[in-house]
Amino acid sequence: MSSVTGAKRQRRYAMTVDTRLCVGCKACVLACKAENAVPDGLCRDWVVEETRGEFPALSMEIRSERCNHCTEAPCVANCPTGASHVNEGGAVLVTHYKCSGCKACIAACPYEARFVHPDGYVDKCTFCLHRVKKGGQPACVSICPTATLTFGDANDPASAVSSQLASRRSKVLHPESGADPNLHFLL
Amino acid sequence: MTTTRRDFIRIGGTGFGAAAVGTGITTKWWGLDGDRVHDPGTEGDRVVPTFCELCFWKCGVLAHVKGERVTKIVGNPEHPLSRGRLCPRGTGGVGLLYDPDRLKKPLLRRSPKRGEQKFEEVSWKEALDFTASKMDDIRQKHGPETLALFSHGNGGSFFKTLMAAYGSSTISAPSYAQCRGPREVGFDLTFGSVLGSPEILDIENTRVLTLIGSHLGENMHNTQVQDMARMIGKGGELVVVDPRFSIAAGKARYWLPIKPGTDIALLLAWIKVILDEDLFDREYVAKYATGLDELRKHVEGKTPEWAFTETTIAPNVIVETARFIAGARPASLVHPGRHAVWYGDDTQRSRAIAILDALLGSWGRRGGIFVPSTLAVPKVHVPDYPAAKTANDKPGGKAYPFAYEILSDGLCNASIPASPSENPAVRGWLVYGSNLPMTLPQPKVVVEAAQHLDLLCAIDVLPAEITGFADVVLPECTYLERWEDLGPFGWREPFVALRQPVVPPMFDSKPGWWMAKELANRLGLGDFFPYEDAGKMVEERLKAGGHDPEKAKAKGVVLGKKVPVTTEDGLVLSFKTPSGKIELYSQRLAAAGADPLPNYTRPEEPPPGHFRLLFGRSPVHTFARTTNNRFLGTVTSENELWLAAKAAKEQGLENGEAVVLVNQDGVRSQPVRLKVTQRIRPDCVYTVHGFGHTSKGLRFARNRGMDDQRLITRVKIDPIAGTTGMSVNFVRIEKAEPADLVGAVGSIAPAGSVAAAAGAAAGSGHGGEA
Amino acid sequence: MNTQLLETVHGRSNHLVDPTLSIWGWQIVLYLFLGGLVAGILVLAAGLQLKEGRRPLSAVLRWAPLSALGLLSLGMFFLWLDLEHPFFAFRFYMLFHLTSPMSWGAWILLLVYPAGILLALTSLTEGERGLVSGRLPASLRGGFSSLAAWADASRRPILLTAAFSGVALGLYTGLLLGTMPARLAWNSALLGPLFLASGTSTGAAFLLLFALDAGERKTLMTWDAAAIGTELALIALMVLGFATGPEPARFAAGLLLGGKYTAVFWSVVVVAGLLVPLGLEAIEARRHLPFTLLIPLLVLAGGLALRWILLAAGQESAFRLLS
Repeated sequence: MSSVTGAKRQRRYAMTVDTRLCVGCKACVLACKAENAVPDGLCRDWVVEETRGEFPALSMEIRSERCNHCTEAPCVANCPTGASHVNEGGAVLVTHYKCSGCKACIAACPYEARFVHPDGYVDKCTFCLHRVKKGGQPACVSICPTATLTFGDANDPASAVSSQLASRRSKVLHPESGADPNLHFLL
Repeated sequence: MTTTRRDFIRIGGTGFGAAAVGTGITTKWWGLDGDRVHDPGTEGDRVVPTFCELCFWKCGVLAHVKGERVTKIVGNPEHPLSRGRLCPRGTGGVGLLYDPDRLKKPLLRRSPKRGEQKFEEVSWKEALDFTASKMDDIRQKHGPETLALFSHGNGGSFFKTLMAAYGSSTISAPSYAQCRGPREVGFDLTFGSVLGSPEILDIENTRVLTLIGSHLGENMHNTQVQDMARMIGKGGELVVVDPRFSIAAGKARYWLPIKPGTDIALLLAWIKVILDEDLFDREYVAKYATGLDELRKHVEGKTPEWAFTETTIAPNVIVETARFIAGARPASLVHPGRHAVWYGDDTQRSRAIAILDALLGSWGRRGGIFVPSTLAVPKVHVPDYPAAKTANDKPGGKAYPFAYEILSDGLCNASIPASPSENPAVRGWLVYGSNLPMTLPQPKVVVEAAQHLDLLCAIDVLPAEITGFADVVLPECTYLERWEDLGPFGWREPFVALRQPVVPPMFDSKPGWWMAKELANRLGLGDFFPYEDAGKMVEERLKAGGHDPEKAKAKGVVLGKKVPVTTEDGLVLSFKTPSGKIELYSQRLAAAGADPLPNYTRPEEPPPGHFRLLFGRSPVHTFARTTNNRFLGTVTSENELWLAAKAAKEQGLENGEAVVLVNQDGVRSQPVRLKVTQRIRPDCVYTVHGFGHTSKGLRFARNRGMDDQRLITRVKIDPIAGTTGMSVNFVRIEKAEPADLVGAVGSIAPAGSVAAAAGAAAGSGHGGEA
Repeated sequence: MNTQLLETVHGRSNHLVDPTLSIWGWQIVLYLFLGGLVAGILVLAAGLQLKEGRRPLSAVLRWAPLSALGLLSLGMFFLWLDLEHPFFAFRFYMLFHLTSPMSWGAWILLLVYPAGILLALTSLTEGERGLVSGRLPASLRGGFSSLAAWADASRRPILLTAAFSGVALGLYTGLLLGTMPARLAWNSALLGPLFLASGTSTGAAFLLLFALDAGERKTLMTWDAAAIGTELALIALMVLGFATGPEPARFAAGLLLGGKYTAVFWSVVVVAGLLVPLGLEAIEARRHLPFTLLIPLLVLAGGLALRWILLAAGQESAFRLLS
């Protein structure tokens, strides 16, 4: 997307998770719950700790995970009512009053990032778009004590996210899903 | 009439067209059915800065209030400790504010025996009259020093003032003898200063950070973890010495799975390598330290090969890590630790760490230990305090000349008469925010001591176990509902922070300052609280210091002018030791008949079939203080027992099953979920401290998880600091029997019980051995 | 050095999602079963008429389309029960989303009703039409007769449309499941045709439970056998595809070849539900033995079990479970 043609560049929201820094404290989980009034027993983001090897030759990877807001989101493709849709910056959102609760999106999600809200609709991480639209950052990004999370426009070469992706080794989860996720784990 | 193909196509086409129109294009076109971004509406109408009290780090927070309700708590970007970011506990403050189990009204004991938890709700007048009259009795009959204050938390300052006015300096915090004591004594003996809390460490600029046991990351002390992350981001590295593969170990360049109790051997070997290979900061040591020759002589023979036989860490690893650590000097820091009461030789271990840090040149240096600066604010003018006395906290006459704080366990023991005819040295307890039965070792002693007291007054926010033993319980409102005094604060930059009410106190709870003032008035000590209202007092103090109170209340902090805190900034180093230098060899210890240089003593081996019991922290909780918090409980609501996979296999134990621990004295624990893991040595087990509550009033935390404190029946007293080494208990593991599981709540609750269903959702996630 | 992933602590425990997905239960199993059955009935009923060129001889077969619509309505009720936001179900019909098999399904289900009613009209005798007309409110009877007349004149297109809607109904559920890479045990292009074949055989089996004209019974049994044979072939190909595919596919194969569902799948679905009925049908045809109800009952049980197992297996397979 270049400015040479004068065409307006599309924003592509993405998040990076620096696995070197993440300590798995779960402040992101609680901050999200508070910010988004996520009901008890449910979470929009979570921490996964993986240990490899046998004592004493061990290694760990810690990841703060959430919806990947995939570019080829199978949840959006599968939604029969248009409730799951692509919003600003490519963020994948659910419009509550369009959702019938059929759960096709939950089945289609390679990352199992969605859940059924007690009110009946399907819910998940929204990249705190309600904050981002006002120039803010997602709640998890703001709270993280180790600054593990970075959010921004991956199509903007000057953004922190872009420079991280350009300069660090990174991975996405289950690329074989074909969903083209936008949550990148810096290694 | 036959349907022609054309008809068919026409009908089909119309249908298809209708469907196409129905694709919502029509409605979307005219914006009739758009996709609004949902706003959860948690942003506050007003945002009030204060500082947190879910732990004692005191991070600055911003509390969002919508209408009457606090919706969320986030970090205050202006505050030097939180810098706008919070740990999970700080975020969980709403769970404390709206905890349905909060103490709501003053309580007076109505059962003949303390601990039966039978109380009557009374008015504040009645409760305060009772407390004051008992306090008066004690000072008249036995002397004011026989009243002890156990205090934990910033709000305790008002009760300390009360005690000073009353004439007692018998003030103790378990954080000395049950936590940081040996470290402070060790570092004070070496450098002439303690490290305090938050520790004055410049971790952000460290190049190699060596952690002995400190499990930063699980130990979620906000600023330190933030700094560690910044350090890693800048290319800094970790060396972790821990019997367990902690989160920090997972990020370390070197993990040394050391045999518990042998850290001093490793430290001595490191010192030897660093001295032998001339890897220490020669100039710094020459300029600022004494005792190098004695040290050199002392570590002769403390070779890596020798250390290997004690620690099980390979000699080449000891050498390699010594070189790695020293190579980064002076921005190389061996973390002094925090909770240091492990094996009873803890002051000597802290000395070894301090000596190593001195060799690395880290005191007063960038990336090491900085010298804090404070913003002084004039205090309230009060009359001269009377001369205060202290009760003997060392029954049996044992002297700990280097203990600079009173031993909480000592006071507890001193409350029990040595014989029926004798008077105990301590006759009354005021307990401010200190849950002694889950804090002091040998909880049975706490229960026993409580029976002999003339007064046990507990001031708390929640019905913690200590309140069950009280004669009178005074319900304090949470940190979000009260003013507190401005504390002095030493940090990289001078500042003071405000704790101000965000919402009015709920129920009939009151702030601590009001309680202390009311008691003072009744005891004729009202002059020591010469203000109507603590809020006004703080404002006056700020004004007297030349600060604008309104600005301070809006910002939550008052920042002072930065002064040099390291030599790189221009600081001139000085040491408040007798010699005026860093004392590698400690004359003071020698004079007291103790080892002037650290010696290694081999730890006990666990009895056959037993494991050493180790404990630590969860990032989501502050031990027993927060485990009733239902909001935090949505993420972590119980602890687990970590057992090495190899050991589990030998014992026929499986991941996730309910087990019970039995210690060397036959004490049986509550049931706990077993975590079979590769991440720990096979000779020890580990759990997070603070679960297994028994208080009836803590309806969420009660019977959830296991309390390790009751298994700490054995302690090893550090002969120098008088502190209680608690990692000296050994346990064997049994499968939990049905009788053990009765009443258990959480993931191991008996199947089919209501408690099991409740516990299924919350918990520490599902996982374990694949 | 061993770098095997031995321990994962997964901090999420969302209802219906963790520890494994359990979003679709008996309601969906029954819908899939009924939907497949109905699809089969439509295909068979229309197919029979296309073959014979006249309305069916058996009353059962003539009433089959209407009863199928009744069964379909029951199935759709179960579908509606499964919805978490049921009073927003109308949203299915405010949109046709090309990439959503569920959207296709919603509209196909709508199409099946008129197709089925028209098929019923072509099947029913004058007398039977009268019975139906008699049950309608007087105002609609005129329209009903015109429709019936039109149906008589448009037999062939109606039969083809009915067959087509049956095929679409039978295929789409399999495609819905089969086009989700996230659900490893569903991810096969053969799932659509498999569900159609299974629907045809269960549809035939359902019809064979009732009294039928001998010739039509024979035809149905032959077609049932063909459907069963096709099912067996498709199952074999599907399992083969999984077993020789990349890691996610092999995980799916594992569930059916040595894993959790192996025993029940091969014994109930394949042997009892397919091989035994096929064998019995062959024996019956050869030896001219009297017909037994056992055959259709086994087929129906096998069809239900197939959907139950596949629905469970798909929800229990996820990328996350791959090591």
